[in-house]
This record gives sequence, structure tokens and C-alpha cells, in this order.
Amino acid sequence: MTEFNSPDIDYAGLSPVIALTAGICVVLLVGLISRFGRFTNAYLTIAVLGTTAGLAIWQWGEQEDLVAGALRLDAFGLAVALMACFAAAVAVILSIREPAAEEAGHGAFYSLLLGSVLGMVLIAQAQNLIAFFIALELLSIPLYVLCASARRTERSLESGLKYLIIGSIGSATLLYGFALLYGASGSMDFAGIAQALGPGGQGSETLVLIGTAMVATGLAFKASVAPFHQWTPDVYAGAPTPVTAFMAVATKAAALIALARLFEVALGPIADDWQPALAALAVASIAIGNLGALGQDSLKRLMGYSGIAQAGYMLAGIVVASATGLEALVFYLAAYTLMNLAVFMVVVVRERETDRGDDIEALAGTGRTRPLLAWPLTIGMLALAGLPGTSGFMGKLFLIEATVDGDYTWLGVAIVIGTMVSLAYYLRVVAAVWMRPEPGPAPPEPMPAIAGGSPDADHPPKGSSRCALVVGSGLICAAATVAFGVAPSPLIDWASHAAGSLA
Amino acid sequence: MIQILLWAPLAAGLLACAMTQRLVAIPPLLTGIVRLGLVIYVAASFNPSLGIQHTVDESWIPDLGVRYQLGVDGISLFLVVLTSVLWLSATLWSTFNPPERRRTWFLMLGLAETATLGAFLAQDLILFVLFFDLMLIPFYFLFGVWGTEHPGRAVEGEGPIRPQAAVIKMIVYTLVGSLLMLAGAIATGILAAEGGELTYSMAELREDPLGTGSQYWIFWFFAAAFLVKMPAFPLHGWMPDAYRVAPLPALALFSGVLSKVGAYGFLRVVLPIFPDATNHFQEVILLVAVVSILYGSAMAFTQTSARLVAGYSSVAQLGFITLGIFSLRPDGADGAVLQMVNHGLVIAPLLLIVVVLAARTRTDDIRRMGGLAMRAPVLAAMFLIVTMALLAMPGSANFVGEFYILNGIFQEKIVYAFLASVGIALAAYYALRLYQAAMHNRKPEGFESHEVGWGQGGVIAALTACIVALALWPGLILDRAEDSVDEQLAATNQQAPAEVAQR
Repeated sequence: MTEFNSPDIDYAGLSPVIALTAGICVVLLVGLISRFGRFTNAYLTIAVLGTTAGLAIWQWGEQEDLVAGALRLDAFGLAVALMACFAAAVAVILSIREPAAEEAGHGAFYSLLLGSVLGMVLIAQAQNLIAFFIALELLSIPLYVLCASARRTERSLESGLKYLIIGSIGSATLLYGFALLYGASGSMDFAGIAQALGPGGQGSETLVLIGTAMVATGLAFKASVAPFHQWTPDVYAGAPTPVTAFMAVATKAAALIALARLFEVALGPIADDWQPALAALAVASIAIGNLGALGQDSLKRLMGYSGIAQAGYMLAGIVVASATGLEALVFYLAAYTLMNLAVFMVVVVRERETDRGDDIEALAGTGRTRPLLAWPLTIGMLALAGLPGTSGFMGKLFLIEATVDGDYTWLGVAIVIGTMVSLAYYLRVVAAVWMRPEPGPAPPEPMPAIAGGSPDADHPPKGSSRCALVVGSGLICAAATVAFGVAPSPLIDWASHAAGSLA
Repeated sequence: MIQILLWAPLAAGLLACAMTQRLVAIPPLLTGIVRLGLVIYVAASFNPSLGIQHTVDESWIPDLGVRYQLGVDGISLFLVVLTSVLWLSATLWSTFNPPERRRTWFLMLGLAETATLGAFLAQDLILFVLFFDLMLIPFYFLFGVWGTEHPGRAVEGEGPIRPQAAVIKMIVYTLVGSLLMLAGAIATGILAAEGGELTYSMAELREDPLGTGSQYWIFWFFAAAFLVKMPAFPLHGWMPDAYRVAPLPALALFSGVLSKVGAYGFLRVVLPIFPDATNHFQEVILLVAVVSILYGSAMAFTQTSARLVAGYSSVAQLGFITLGIFSLRPDGADGAVLQMVNHGLVIAPLLLIVVVLAARTRTDDIRRMGGLAMRAPVLAAMFLIVTMALLAMPGSANFVGEFYILNGIFQEKIVYAFLASVGIALAAYYALRLYQAAMHNRKPEGFESHEVGWGQGGVIAALTACIVALALWPGLILDRAEDSVDEQLAATNQQAPAEVAQR
């Protein structure tokens, strides 16, 4: 009789992943029981996310390899888990009365969302090219479906299809890059790759460089870094707004953190080669994002371009390849999550209250009529613009300090110049809120006829505008943005702990 | 105590938001009066030989080396007094003439005062930059929300100026400067630390100046911010539009105090921390100052809008102040400090008088005013005093200030002194032109002249009384400022220690 060695599995370390996986099944199954209303599903999803976040906090500070070295449990990865759970919980709150969730079926909608979160948690912990790629697909595929979940709007379907095609190109490029890296280093592990590329290693220079370039390209697609950003504004504008909010925040966080881990750990020995390339990407993003946002009238497109620019700022933290840079990255991501969500909540509420969708015009006059919406939006916009008194200022301060410290002063100046340009469009939104009277009702938009449905009967149901929960979370995000702008120390400690665990 | 001084306005503003419509003005008014008492106490107990007093020094963001350092010295002392006096007048003014949406109005006023005081009190470079940038947010709202559309100069083919557009122009202009300053400040800290303990404390940065190469480029980052803020000649593009749309009580504050922060920044930050660059670029800045004087004066006597006469006269006056500071002589800089306070005390009542005139004639076009003195002798008398002070009549404190400035600059660069003297002659012309056009001549048809009311007249009278008091006793400021000024000039003035010692 042969001895069977059961593998040693650290269930505690895997617990956030296990909780999420179990949650996906439960939410999907409960969704099938039609007796339960939409609230049951939503609260169940939030409970799953809460449990995951709780387990992540429980494991905070642990440092070990999981699943035979495929995953690494450390605070750097758990930081993403926390941000993704928070963003997803907010997205759930936004979706409760969203027509898209209704159409797709609440159970399916929320379990897709959870699937994407699972992908994010895994990709941030991946230590191995295979695990990394699987996690990336797990993150992306549910998002393709979620983008198209408002099935009766042409724009949503278009957005889903566009995202699918471009996302696949990104994934394919990344996979090719991985193949080349494997070919050059003979290892799937990040540590093995680093060893092969390091001094005395036998890595082939050309293969490594081409592989690195393709990996960077693939991840740049995901993080919507210019010049691989073209899908962003269209997809953001077409997707249901709660999904846009989730993508804008969580996908960006996961992609950037994964990029940071891959480049700093696996490709660290050849940092001199990729630093200038990433710096060029960062500058391109800052320029294209900020200039592109200037002429936008749709808030979702505007936030799409703004997200491209913000990704450029954060990429600067990775470029300098230092502990300060990573700290700045994590800090900025957390701050960015809060301020972006504050903005998106207001967009969702106004979309439901007015006939103007996500046009800037929909915000006109809110300063007078809806101060509870106007303040979170204003604070969010001012924070994105990096004005003092908000966490955005501290984030920029941190990033610029990291770039100057890492001898990339010109990148710091690029951030500053980008910020100046960005003021023109962020303040335009604030101006609409406070300085313009409320417009009259807009003429209804003609609906495109979609095969199989009658155009008259097919007006998508407008979401209800009862949204105390949404407004409440918007206020919390805005309050946190101001609080971390005045007393940033707790968030800085958190970020430096997370960044420190990578080294 | 200095903490109460700094944060009470914001607290009062927040408190005002919680009040009912009728009582909104109570908290700002009460704290304003209490703080005036505090400020007078600080000024009275000030010991000129002790340097920076009432200091606060707390750790704020240890990871970034930013400290919460406050203090008051001979230079900032009277600017703080000026700020408190002008803000109290503006509060009184808006109590008697309440604007729309007054809760937000008082909140913004409070935030603006806190930010301005913070800029004067900050002893940490990053804290200074933070408050400097923060000042803009409330003024963005004050100008944009309560601003009025101006018809523009139809003769020159200029269309109407909307507050929204004007205010975005102003913000982009001024923030371009201040964000570059942020990058410059961070670079200063990091370069000075040379890998050691990071600090932004101005006192410590002063000890150990940077290499000349770094000083040269960082100098311009700071100079850009301060010159835009003043505004100085080639960077004043935002000023005409902003001055024409701004609500006047807020404009009085902006013109009276905020423009001084630029000049103050030169004296507080640039001269002591970048002494080599200051010496190197002295002539360039002197040239900018002289051109500002001549351009500002020339524009002031061709403008027909009373607001623009005041605006361009500020450009000229700020040119004088810059000239005094960059004479790098104690005389010139003392005069500049005195002149900063003088100008604030003159321009604020001048703009308030423009409100009164505009209320009578429903225009700010001086060609359509006239003959107001007959029925309003008290207003005319106060206006005359303000005008005399504006043109620096001998006997006024402005005369003393300009005399000191010219004295300083004559010793340093005689050519600039001659050119600047022309500015004094021009000042007499534009000031008297404004007074005559409004108060004398024949009264045009279509409006009635009547005496100014108690509420408005009281505020103007109080400010006029300050002008007279200062005219009688300019030594009040000069005595307290001298030692601090010498200290700021010490680094740049190493070539002339004998003269410093004489004083």
C-alpha cells in the first residue's frame, strides 16, 4: 500500500478566497429562488463581501506562500482584496434599484460581480505566471458580461462586445509575453524568473525584453493606460453605471497592484530596462487622459478619461521601483477608490432622477436643490483634482515626493502639469453643480429598435430614485476623503505596511 | 492661542450652516470680534527682538516629513491683523447686505479666512503650499456662485463675461503657479535632506541652502506662483475678467489680502531659502516689477470700469511692493511690508465704495457716474481720504511706504528707481480721475444720489479710520517689522553686512 501524502493546505491563508468562492455559489443559487426579492440577494452579496474583507483583515500581517507557491499571502495583495470588496459592496448598493441588475437577474448579476472580485483577490496574490493569467481571466470575463447586462440598451451591448474584443487582445498579448518570459527564464515562478534574470542568470536578453514589453502592454490594456486606453471611454459610457463605478476603481487597483508585483518581484533585476518604458507610458497616460477629458459632456466618459490620467499618476509610483513609490501607489489607490466612488454615486442618483442620463447638464442646480448630492460630488472632484484639504492632495504629494526621491523629477513635473490641465474639466463639473440653474426637462431620447422587441414597449424601466442608502454611502466616501486629507497618517501607515510586505 | 485664531473662522462658518436663516451671521460675527481682540493682544504683546513667536510645532505626517508648524513674526504680524480686520468688515458688510444662499456664503468666507491666515502663519514649507492652494477653493465658489455677469467692453467687441468662465480662468492661472510651487517645495525638501532626515521646516531649510543649480530652477517655480497671485505684468491675464464679475465684498478681500500673500511669499520663502538665485535673478524680477508699475498705471487711467481701475492700480501697487522686496535692502523691504498693509486697507474700502456707487447708478462705468458728492458729503469725504491714500499723498502711510521703497531701490539700482517714480505721478492721475468722475461733474439723468446708509457707511468709516490711524503712526508696523525683515534678508545680503549692522 503506497503512502499518500496529503498536501499541506493553509486554510486560514486561503480563507478569503474560499469565502468568496462559496459566496458565489450561494448567491447564484439563492437568486434562483424567485420568492426572495432583490434585497435578499443584495444583502447576501454584501455579507459575503463583508466576510471576505473580515477574513482579509484577520490574515493581515501574515506572510507566507500558499498552494505550492502559486499564491503569496501578504498585506500588499490583501490591500487589493479590501479595496475590491469595498468597491464591490458599493457597486451592490448602487445596483439594488438598477434596471440592469433586474434584467440580468439579481442572482446572476451579483455572482458575476463576486467572480470578478475573486479574480482581483487572486491576481493581487499571484506569484506564478499561470495563476496570474487564470486570475486575470477570472477578473475579466465576468466584467464582459456585466458590461452587457443592460440587455435592452444598444450602448450596453456594444460596450460589452467592445470590452470583450479588446480585453481578449490584451489577454492574448499578455499570454504571449508570459510564454516568452518562460522561454527566456525557464521558470513559471516569479522568484525563479527573478533568479534567472539576475546577475549570473542565463536569461536571453532579447526574449526577456520582448516578453516584458508584451506583458506591460497586456496589463496596460487592463489598467487602461495610454496608448492602450481606447476602449475605456466607450465601455465606461455604455456599461450600467454601477458596473462602471466598480470597473473604474477595482479593476484599476487590481491591475496596477498586479503589475507592481510582477515588475518589482519577477522583473526587478532588469528594472533599469523597464523603468523608462513605464515612465513613457505614464506620461502618455497623463497627457492623453487629461486632454481627452477636456471636451467631454458625458460624466461617465469624463470619468473614463480622468481614470486614464489617474492611472498615469499611479504608474509613476511603480516606475521609481522604490518602497516610497509603492507606498504612494497603495495610498493613492485607496484615496482614489473613495473619491471616485463618491462621484459615481451622485452620477447614479442623478441618472435616475433626471432625464438627462449622465450628461453634465443633469447636475446643474444640484447645489441649490440637493446639497447632500452636491457636496460629495464637489469633494470628490476637488480630490481628483488634487486640491488641498482632501486625500487627493496628500496622494499627489506622496507620489511627487516618490518621483523626486527616485530621480524621476521630470515625471513629478509631468504629474503637476497634468493636474493643471485636469482642473479645467473637474472644475467644469463643480461649476455645473453650483453655478448653473436647474434646466427644464429634456426631450426623451428615441430608443433604438432591437430585434425581437417592440420599441414602444421596450423603454427600459427607470430605476427608482429612492436612494437613502446610496446617498449615505456617498457621504461616507466624501467624509473619508476629507478626513484622510486632514489626518492622512492612519492611511499612510496602512499603505506603508502593505508596501513593506512586498520587499 | 494662535490655533484659535487660525481655526475659529472655519468653525464659525460651519456653525453658521447649522443656524436658521435669520441668525446665520451671528457665529462669524461673534468670533470675528473675539478674534480681533485676540489679534490686538498678539500685536500688543509682540516683542520685535524675539523673532518668531506664539509657535506651535507638532508632528503631522511623519512619513513625509511634514510638520504642523505655526508662528508669527514681524512680517506676518500685521498681515494677520489686516486679514482679521478686513474679514470682520466683510462679515459685517454681508450681515447688513445679506447675499443669497448665505449659509454657504459664510462657510466659504470662513474657509477663506482660515486658509489665508494659515498661509501667513505656516512655518513649514508644505503647510504653506497647502494653505496657499486652499485659499483658491473658497474664492472659486465666492466668485463663481455669487458673481454677476458683466456686459464687457462692447466698444472693443468684447462680449459679456460670465462668472463661470472668468473664475475657471482665474483658478487655472493661479493653480498653475501653485502646483509648480508644490513640486518645487518637495524638490527643495528632498534635495536639502540629501538622503537624511526629510524636513520642510523653513527655519531648517534656511540653515543649509541648496546648490545654486537647484536654486535657479526651483526659484522660478516659486516665483511663478507668487507673480501670478499678485498679479504681476505678464501673468495678470486672469485679473480683468475676475475683477469684473466678482461679488464686491469678496473681491475686496481678494484684492486686499490674497494679492499680498504673493509678496509675502517672496519675503518669507524665496529670499531666505534661495538666496543665490535671488541675487542672480534680482534684475529680472525688478524689471517685472517696474513694467507692472508702468503697465498697471497706464491701464488704470484708461479704464472706464471702476472695478478695473482698482484692479490695475493693484497691479501697479504690487509692483511697488515687489520692487521694495527685491531691492534686497532693509529700507525697501520694510517699506514693502508697510505698503502691503496700506494697500490692503486702501483697496478694500475703495472697492466697497464702488459697491455703494454701483448701487446708486447701476453700473460700474465711471463715464456714467458723476455729481454724487452733492447729496452724499460723508461718502465723498471718506472716498476722498481713500483716494488720497491711494495716490500716496504726503502725510499718508502710503507715502511713507513708497518713500522707504524708493529709498531702498535708489541705493540699489537707480534706473529702476527713476522709472518707478513715474508710477507715483501716474497714480495721482488715475486716483483723482476716478474720484472726480464719480463724485464731481454734472450728475447724469436717471438716478438719484443719496447718502450712504449706516450699515455700509459704518464699515467704510471703520476702514477709513484705520487708514488715518496708520497715517499718523506708521512706526507701529515699521518698528515691529524691522528685525524680522533683516533676518529674512540676511542670507541674500551677505555682501553688505555693514549696512545691516548700522540699523
